[in-house]
Amino acid sequence: MNLPIYMDNHATTRVDPRVLEAMLPYFNQIYGNAASRNHRFGWEAEEAVEKGRKQVADLINAAAKEIIFTSGATESDNLAIKGVAWMYREKGNHIVTVPTEHKAVLDTCKRLEKEGYQVTYLPVQKDGLINLDDLKAALTEQTILVSVMAANNEIGVIQPIAEIGKLCHERGILFHTDAVQGVGKIPLDVQAMDIDLMSISAHKMYGPKGVGALYVRRKSPRVQLTPIIDGGGHERGMRSGTLNVPGIVGLGKACEISKQEMATESDGLRAWRDRLRDGILSQLDEVYINGSLEHRLPNNLNVSFAYVEGESLLMGINDIAVSSGSACTSATLEPSYVLKALGVGDDLAHTSIRFGLGRFNTEEEVDYVIGRVVETVKRLRELSPLYEMAKEGVDLKKVAWKR
Amino acid sequence: MGYSDKVVDHYANPRNVGSLSKESPDVGTGMVGAPECGDVMKLQIKVNPETDVIEDAKFKTFGCGSAIASSSLATEWVKGRTVEEALKIRNSDIVNELSLPPVKIHCSVLAEDAIKAAIEDWKSKGDSRNHQRGGPLFQIGPQKPSVFPAPRGGETK
Repeated sequence: MNLPIYMDNHATTRVDPRVLEAMLPYFNQIYGNAASRNHRFGWEAEEAVEKGRKQVADLINAAAKEIIFTSGATESDNLAIKGVAWMYREKGNHIVTVPTEHKAVLDTCKRLEKEGYQVTYLPVQKDGLINLDDLKAALTEQTILVSVMAANNEIGVIQPIAEIGKLCHERGILFHTDAVQGVGKIPLDVQAMDIDLMSISAHKMYGPKGVGALYVRRKSPRVQLTPIIDGGGHERGMRSGTLNVPGIVGLGKACEISKQEMATESDGLRAWRDRLRDGILSQLDEVYINGSLEHRLPNNLNVSFAYVEGESLLMGINDIAVSSGSACTSATLEPSYVLKALGVGDDLAHTSIRFGLGRFNTEEEVDYVIGRVVETVKRLRELSPLYEMAKEGVDLKKVAWKR
Repeated sequence: MGYSDKVVDHYANPRNVGSLSKESPDVGTGMVGAPECGDVMKLQIKVNPETDVIEDAKFKTFGCGSAIASSSLATEWVKGRTVEEALKIRNSDIVNELSLPPVKIHCSVLAEDAIKAAIEDWKSKGDSRNHQRGGPLFQIGPQKPSVFPAPRGGETK
């Protein structure tokens, strides 16, 4: 076993060696511009791009023509939401989304609010799931788009995508899903789930950084987008810019591998995740799992270790790469807004740790992580005045804290 | 983000972890911060009634590595100082000693606050200290035990 151990696979993943191998020739051997129509270099590059497009489409049951390549999921989210909002402005000005979305969705919606659009942020329940009745009630004559992520990046909670899609299509409303964490991990089918737009990122699924895709439905309904980047008219005019050929080859290969291995890989990841959870919960008291366990990615575990601040825990397990919802680890110095939306108090949000298992972890690593986490939490609780008070029976909620 | 060697050292080997009896008349307890803010420090001092020297100090901290290091350092620094000397410790001294980055300055502020709160608590016990030792039941002016030393041979803590 090699240290440090990488268990932060919601942040990014290691490029699969098979993906890397597929990409390499496209840097210095087949290096043409896919838009060059009149020589061999261009044709070969274009061929590689179209193969990648097909591989992405196959994974989500789409047609190749419905895949638009982008620089990543942030761009895909921006293109989907702004593209629909600007294109369908005359039809309506209302968008529905959820407060646990990625910032690429939330901040895009905030910008549109400044432009005069109305945005409804549906509440989530304690388990992180939206209530479909709330969604139904939020839809109006003015609603043009619903954007709900497939699986959450912090807590791994999977939203009822097929039900949301059906509801939107019944009402003639477009449905976008940021499926970055879900694609390649759980089955996603744009036909069966009535998805109109889907954001995909390569580097969350063992592909390279800097490349992603947006699925854009071509029939029933045919979705049109106003581009956010103007230029040479690439990608059916929706996304100008020279195509990232090696990146697209890598994304395609990553999708192909995921399609083949998803079922067995999920079972393995779920077994490790459950082993991790059971190992921790059986040895420590006052550990709380954040978000639904039932509707959850197989590789995600997000837990709060009460009375132990997250960053100090990360510091103690510095040979393991994981993330925390603690304010100290965030750029904004606020604890996780996702956990807040679930109703997790700031006190517990500060103590949360996200484990993201991946294809390249091993059972030995899982066992090592259990041991290190348990040992470090115990040590830090000995240091924690809150743990001491709680053990003395003090109700921490009733203490008048001096801030 | 990298931590300075001193922060890492205090985090890995915190000095003076533990608790002193809150009820003891010679012990002052300072608890600052809030769980919702991600930092709570408890700092306790035990003061020699004759000399006003802080003979022992203990802490427990819920917070990031820099918060733990700041409070650990604070206990090291107050030990052996008189109460008046301890009051002169500034958060900037802690920042410099631990090379804290700007985002961690609040940890040092909290440590300074914890020292002050502990001393305040100890001072507020002046009455009971004097009472228990058979000293005067009232004092003139601010409660400064150093100005009104308790008679010897009185109550032990």
